[in-house]
Amino acid sequence: MAQVLTIHPVTRIEGHARINIHLDEGGRVSDARVEIAALRGFEQFVIGRPAEEIPRIVSRICGICPWMHHLAAVKAIDGCFGVTPSPAGHRLRELCQVMAHIHDKILHFFFLAAPDFVLGPDSDYSVRNIMGLVRNDPELAAQVVRMRQLGQMMLERFAGKAIHPVAGVVGGFSKAMSQEVRHSLQRDGSLLLDFASSALEYAKKKVFGRFREEMQSLGAITTGFLGAVDEQGNLQLYDGLLRLMHSDGTSVDFPASAYEQHLAEHIEPWSTAKMVYARSWQEGFSLDPEAPRGIYRVNTLARLNVCDRIATPRAQAELEAFREQFGRPAQGTLLYHWARLIELVYACERTLELLADDTITDPAVRNPATPQAGRGIGHVEAPRGTLIHDYTTDANGCITKANLIVGTTHNIAPMNLSVRQAATSLICDGKCDAEILNRIEMAVRAYDP
Amino acid sequence: MKPKLSFEGLHACSGCEMALLNLGEQLLALFDQVEIVHFPLLMDHKYGEHGEGGALSLPKADIGLVSGGVAHTEHLLVLREMRRQCQTLIALGTCATHGGIPAMRNEWSIAETLRTVWAAGTSDNAPVPCPGSSALDRVYSIDEKVTVDVSLPGCPPQPQLIAAVIEALIQKKSFQLPQKSVCDACPTLREGKKKAPAVQRFLQNADYHPDQPVSAMRCLLEQGLLCMGPVTAGGCGGKETPLCLRARVPCRGCYGPVRSGGNQLLDMMNGLASNGIEYRSLVDRKSMLRFSGAHGLLKPARKKQ
Repeated sequence: MAQVLTIHPVTRIEGHARINIHLDEGGRVSDARVEIAALRGFEQFVIGRPAEEIPRIVSRICGICPWMHHLAAVKAIDGCFGVTPSPAGHRLRELCQVMAHIHDKILHFFFLAAPDFVLGPDSDYSVRNIMGLVRNDPELAAQVVRMRQLGQMMLERFAGKAIHPVAGVVGGFSKAMSQEVRHSLQRDGSLLLDFASSALEYAKKKVFGRFREEMQSLGAITTGFLGAVDEQGNLQLYDGLLRLMHSDGTSVDFPASAYEQHLAEHIEPWSTAKMVYARSWQEGFSLDPEAPRGIYRVNTLARLNVCDRIATPRAQAELEAFREQFGRPAQGTLLYHWARLIELVYACERTLELLADDTITDPAVRNPATPQAGRGIGHVEAPRGTLIHDYTTDANGCITKANLIVGTTHNIAPMNLSVRQAATSLICDGKCDAEILNRIEMAVRAYDP
Repeated sequence: MKPKLSFEGLHACSGCEMALLNLGEQLLALFDQVEIVHFPLLMDHKYGEHGEGGALSLPKADIGLVSGGVAHTEHLLVLREMRRQCQTLIALGTCATHGGIPAMRNEWSIAETLRTVWAAGTSDNAPVPCPGSSALDRVYSIDEKVTVDVSLPGCPPQPQLIAAVIEALIQKKSFQLPQKSVCDACPTLREGKKKAPAVQRFLQNADYHPDQPVSAMRCLLEQGLLCMGPVTAGGCGGKETPLCLRARVPCRGCYGPVRSGGNQLLDMMNGLASNGIEYRSLVDRKSMLRFSGAHGLLKPARKKQ
């Protein structure tokens, strides 16, 4: 008899999701869907608001990555009002953005993903979590918890509020950095860089080395990739050009303001989340596992695939070693975890680089803005992928139209394909158990939705 | 036997969970004192589901935390089950206590919101789909739907306060929640003389010296900026300077009203008027309810005939 297996809720992910796996009468997987609850209405309720208030409202889209929404919005509103932030304003924003990547990556790898690997995909659900890690390796767990907290406290120390920030403002930043705070952030930033390097070594030994086959095979699909680079092709998180790479490795660069020419959103009747696809490939959209069309991925693995290099030394050395093993573009879905830890190293290095530059304490942090009619498109690379905020204002500087493409939206279509692939290869003759279901969830967790 | 703890997030952003994690090692000590039975962000306990009706089951717990408001039928099912199974239910964060930012959608009907969201952007086709059908007419705070034992507002709530409340519940001791406004802990200088008859939009930074502490900066309201401090529940910075003020930015009211059952919009307008400040100079006055739009405070505007 045909049946549906349900995983509800998908756990150890940021958002709310359920997986439905459809089996036909022969017990074979006939379909598998990840349903993500997405409707909150931000595009509606920002309408009519003074645009300078938006960065403090849309931060609430995500409590894990509020800085990303905060800053994408701030950049977009700069565009609406035609104001260019001061150099220090830009630097302080970027500093906060890369620091915000640090806690996020530690959270995802150690709190959400690592239990599957360290305790094993087949371990009992009651121990397969951060509390289980604490019992398994109390020293490591304490360090992880402390380092994630340190990343957040650095943001709070400087910018007042780490969760749902307020210091990014149209025209720049609300607050200058003192030498005292700068030095304390440099000290703590070095601790985090050391931790990031040791975390990557730990993961290579205890995770990636032990799950060599799964890294390449679980949820494996072949897609294009989207990320951001600077004009020299270096990895970028805060700014830069978007680079859309085909699965054959060819790519095209474009400014975020041209996103509508390259990307489009597709609506599937069964999903509350829109799915984004590569319009410029002119092949349309399809989730057919035999012949998917228009599908690309974002987030850590995508960024490492599209960039030519990373401009900081430790992360660059890791990228070279990674490429030597997996090629470019690397397609293995669980490689997202590896790429995440390389980006963690980069975020720490970039934090120290920004703090080393004297512009960071320049008191000229904000240029005054005047409300006007306009349109602004802001982009940052969020932990979960390319984030685009697009606003239009009226003559009074109030919002008339908004479109938001958040990181996870790009990955919904590929996540569906990965889950389908994982389910098809793991479920035989309708036989399924708790371990198999968890392995299917692992394919979703790699995307950190 | 350790007391059992259960956590659910409804119409929320995970920011409350992040606040909890920001406790660092203190969190590990706290988790050591309880048995966590359900916590989707951190552990793999799933809903038990029975039959086609979608009734779901959750385990019994001594302490239940719920973040987020109620915006979909599924939220309602989860919330009612949490209430049924948890001895003490804590509404965690302003979305749970007052609707929070997502309740800003209450100014529009659900049909309008669906139309706008699905039409936005670069969609290739727009078969306005059915998925919105599980959305409720508006966003509710959880106390509009079930009895709540403890309300801990904040966007997010202060980590130390969350810990103190859980700790007190574990030890069956009483605890005190902050009663005062944001201004109570704000060290800015109040001269009592109004400076501006109108309220300015926040388009340039407040007047302050970057090398001097917040206590050397003049009150932002007196500088002519809208600061919701007087009508907003305090505690965001513990006993220290409120967090937004540390960034030299005015308060927008994220802990909800300081007066139980208060209306931040009306209370603030009264305050401005009694200080001779022209409240009509404000663009988008309804934004003063941006964190507390549940309880029927934000509603769709009546269509003009």
